[in-house]
Amino acid sequence: MTKIFLVLLSLIAILQAQVPKILRVYDKPNDSGKAIIIEWRDEPDSTRSIVGYEIYRRAADEDSFYNIGFALPLSTSYEDASTTDNKDYYYYVKAVYRDTSFVSDLSLPVRSYAQWFHKRRLNVLVFAIIICGLVIWYTERAKKGEKLYVRRISGLDAIDDAVGRATEMGRPILFSFGLGVITDVVTIAALSILRKIARKSAEYQTKLIVPNYDPIVMAAAQETVKQAYLEAGRPDLYNENNLPFLTSDQFGYAAGVDGIMLRERPGAVFWQGYFFAESLILAETGHSIGAIQIAGTTAITQLPFFIAACDYTLIGEEMYAASCYLNPEPQMLGSLKGEDTAKMIITILFIVLVLFATLTKLIPSLNNLYLKIFDWFTAQ
Amino acid sequence: MRNQLPLIIVFATGLLVIVTFFIPHEPFGSLEQRFLVWYSIVAGFTMLLGLDSLVRYHLIKIRDRRSGWGYSLVLLSGLFVTLILGFYSWARYQSPFKLGSPFMYLYSYVIIPLQATMFALLAFFIASAAYRAFRARTTAATLLLVSAVLVMLGRVPLGGWLWQKIVSLIDLLPGTNLSGLKGLEVFARISDWIMDVPQTAAKRGIYIGIVLGGIAMSLRIILGIERSYTSGS
Repeated sequence: MTKIFLVLLSLIAILQAQVPKILRVYDKPNDSGKAIIIEWRDEPDSTRSIVGYEIYRRAADEDSFYNIGFALPLSTSYEDASTTDNKDYYYYVKAVYRDTSFVSDLSLPVRSYAQWFHKRRLNVLVFAIIICGLVIWYTERAKKGEKLYVRRISGLDAIDDAVGRATEMGRPILFSFGLGVITDVVTIAALSILRKIARKSAEYQTKLIVPNYDPIVMAAAQETVKQAYLEAGRPDLYNENNLPFLTSDQFGYAAGVDGIMLRERPGAVFWQGYFFAESLILAETGHSIGAIQIAGTTAITQLPFFIAACDYTLIGEEMYAASCYLNPEPQMLGSLKGEDTAKMIITILFIVLVLFATLTKLIPSLNNLYLKIFDWFTAQ
Repeated sequence: MRNQLPLIIVFATGLLVIVTFFIPHEPFGSLEQRFLVWYSIVAGFTMLLGLDSLVRYHLIKIRDRRSGWGYSLVLLSGLFVTLILGFYSWARYQSPFKLGSPFMYLYSYVIIPLQATMFALLAFFIASAAYRAFRARTTAATLLLVSAVLVMLGRVPLGGWLWQKIVSLIDLLPGTNLSGLKGLEVFARISDWIMDVPQTAAKRGIYIGIVLGGIAMSLRIILGIERSYTSGS
């Protein structure tokens, strides 16, 4: 009798272990609504082959449950992205084996709703406010007449020399935005450099060629160059055909620009914008024709190639500083100073957090606090 | 007003995109995606602008018999042949991208090999640029040369082979037994350290600068301080 009782007890235990248990059913946080997450725990029977989990749902105004999705074996959660907001839903999970299935208990009612603030992005908001506040504060100080120092950027100082050299050699100037599109901030930064170069080329009456990869960038470049020629008092020199569209194919563009360089043999070449694998193909061709080359990009992977092949390279943020450097109005310089101060604050924060992380190894009780800080800083 | 209107549009749009980043609730949640769709539509139409520029530029070159006009003829022929084959494939096979269609034949056997050829040139350009960059003329260039050689040795089988030979040679000295060090793959370890520590540190430093510079630049654009993208002064 005792043996039978024990066998029955262990059978119940085995069956219970195979039944998935719903842990949490909740509204998906920080979303635009219409989504509920179901989390469960299951210890599948190792002697049987599990196929997966079926998720069943019933709305408060419905009579029966419907299968709304399937999760693979070893899954422990499912996102139901087909709910109606502010409506009660009930869920259960069915563990499906090849020969049988086990059903969980019913969940408590849950509703989905949209959030008005993404709480996991609070860190971004705090830093954005600090950085914007600094930029605006320094801009206002600069407007009041405070002198702000900007270090020399040799790549930008060399623009006049490069344009002058091309003029003396009687050769044109070539400017390329690379594969950047107008939504890249670096392309807009490159436009301000183009404006300066175009103005100089108009003053020196040197031909400026700008082959383009993107038609929108081409239109913006044409407007910029036209305006620069107008400012220099030489609108008659502006020729739209010197700023043609080539192709929107990466290596087709590289081949096209290489061809222009070999035929026109520019005296000065400017690579300003966003570049990919074609960077070295372009810069080495520029080097082979003996042109003075000034590059600038925010593509970190392409920077070494430009540094190796070009005479001057604007590294990352120097590109963004170019417009302030070339047009040193108080407002521009103020924003640059604000950016530098933000960088200093972030560097100090890095040092403090690195020291704190090291300290947690010596005082393990600080680990929880460190993990909370780490989690807060991790943007979503 | 002609100069002010673009600045007002940029300010309003920039502010709206920032707000949508923090508010998932509709109608803000999907606004960024909607703006991207609008951008795609505008970008699609601007391809016509590009096509117009390309055709006009090369037609003028051919008309005036400027130097290299033959290349322009090849380019325009290629452009129109691709266009005609694309339309033909569309009509004949319901899609220009159907395998076996003339358009896909052109893509697979002309465009891809041409792209691959251009990409392959990179190997030679890397060699010539590396030769110039690694000339040990200054302390910095020497450091670059040494670290580059170590990284290269750590990334190729030759590095492992060389390390084993070095250990074997030292083992020839009387009283030394370094055979245990053979499996250490020292060049690979040095290479990993260079890539993980100094290289990553420098890269992250540049990256932080780029991000902060990007934020400041974006702010200048939104506030109308940066106006280089407009034709007005």
